Amino acid sequence: MDVVKVLFEGFGENLRIFALTLVMAIPLGLVITFGSMTRFKPLRWLTRTFVWIIRGTPLMLQLFVVLYAPGLVFGVPMRNRFTATLVAFVINYAAYLSEIYRGGIESIPRGQYEAGAVLGMTRSQIFFRVVLLQVVKRITPAMGNEVITLVKDTSLSRVIGVAEIIMVAERFTKQGLIVPLFSTGLYFLLFNGLLTLLLGWIEKRMDYFKV
Amino acid sequence: MPILEVSNLGKSFGATEVLKDISFSLEKGGSLAIIGSSGSGKTTLLRCLNFLETPDSGRISVNGEVIFDGDRKDAVSSAELRRKRLHFGLVFQSFNLFPQYTAFQNVTLAGELLAKERPDFKANKKQILDEIRQNGQKLLDSVGLAAKADNYPHQLSGGQQQRVAIARALALNPDILCFDEPTSALDPELTGEVLSVIRSLASRNTTMIIVTHEMQFARQVADNVLFMDHGVVVEYGAAADVIDNPQHERTRQFLENYSNT
Ligand SMILES: Nc1ncnc2c1ncn2[C@@H]1O[C@H](COP(=O)(O)OP(=O)(O)O)[C@@H](O)[C@H]1O
Ligand SMILES: [Mg+2]
Repeated sequence: MDVVKVLFEGFGENLRIFALTLVMAIPLGLVITFGSMTRFKPLRWLTRTFVWIIRGTPLMLQLFVVLYAPGLVFGVPMRNRFTATLVAFVINYAAYLSEIYRGGIESIPRGQYEAGAVLGMTRSQIFFRVVLLQVVKRITPAMGNEVITLVKDTSLSRVIGVAEIIMVAERFTKQGLIVPLFSTGLYFLLFNGLLTLLLGWIEKRMDYFKV
Repeated sequence: MPILEVSNLGKSFGATEVLKDISFSLEKGGSLAIIGSSGSGKTTLLRCLNFLETPDSGRISVNGEVIFDGDRKDAVSSAELRRKRLHFGLVFQSFNLFPQYTAFQNVTLAGELLAKERPDFKANKKQILDEIRQNGQKLLDSVGLAAKADNYPHQLSGGQQQRVAIARALALNPDILCFDEPTSALDPELTGEVLSVIRSLASRNTTMIIVTHEMQFARQVADNVLFMDHGVVVEYGAAADVIDNPQHERTRQFLENYSNT
């Protein structure tokens, strides 16, 4: 019983990383998207380079960089491992999400923007009242994949010492118990099952129109 | 005074001159059909009128007000641009309805957004919105789609979608309504219902510019016809004259291709 409780607490850490990352990366990703689509070339170039670096290197490495770089570069060591994890995850996922958003926005036909424009709408009205929901519908499947990947990625935080579920389960293997480690899979499976249901429900909610 | 005067309009994309010295005018309540083969610049001309493209040269005046002057290309604020745009309505070849809104919402959305900018909106909100919605219902009724008000675009046929698009454009009461090949994306059996809506608009003296390949329709509905070729106006005159008695060889050749239809 003790094992279940310990694992449960460990998984709580995974869920915290998961939820906080999502809440922050979803809006930050949109900001990055605007940066990568701006007509101001230097900013666009800078943003796209940043996204390329983040997507082109392992998240595990980024965790180490966020943990150690502040101390090495600025002499202010990052003491809180959970915070370091969050920073790395939010940046990483915001970069991925921004590309999904960009693909979604670019997939909306020009005619939608032009129809809004000739009807006297402002640029922001066109974006928020015409384009956004169509983008959301188009990217929901890809977002679903990212969300489920994120659930599993949270266990990477163990490499910088966050006591997430796999890290705590490993302690049992030192006592000769392997089952707890293997059973962590059930936690991930169950939670992802719930998420899959939720995502299916969201997709269904947007079934009333076609894009 | 004509409601619309276009003089010496020019537009290039890079090195390609797409519109050369285009001039014509349109009387209030009149209708002009623009004909010409594909690539002759018809769409570009309508897009210039609707400020989806900026012409390089020439002038556009509506009701005597110069709304574009190629010699004085001052930076226009986006609010100013929107105001100028609203002189015109545009019905696209591909309808471009907003898929997440019902037919009714497609018709009323822009009007509701514009109403919010009215100084008296807060005070008379309910009355203003009621008016917009009643007008929307009336417009759907006038294009024969009262029963489809709550349908989403994907639940409508192409002809029905285009009729909603016409109602949507009419909802803002443009001075001049432009149609860009409104039936070209439709199956032949669906063109009739759209053409008859446009015909009834003409009979109610809606000022219109219609780009079309339907020659008989143009001849019956339009007061004037303008034939474009490679970005120039080749022939421009009363509909019956241009279509029945073209003066230019190029017009004749073009019309011959349509004589069997
Ligand atoms: N945005 C654009 N960039 C470059 N060339 C364009 C653009 N839009 C139209 N053109 C060119 O301008 C010419 C006229 O096009 P268009 O106005 O669409 O003709 P039409 O509607 O009569 O078929 C064509 O040669 C087309 O390739
Ligand atoms: Mg065209």
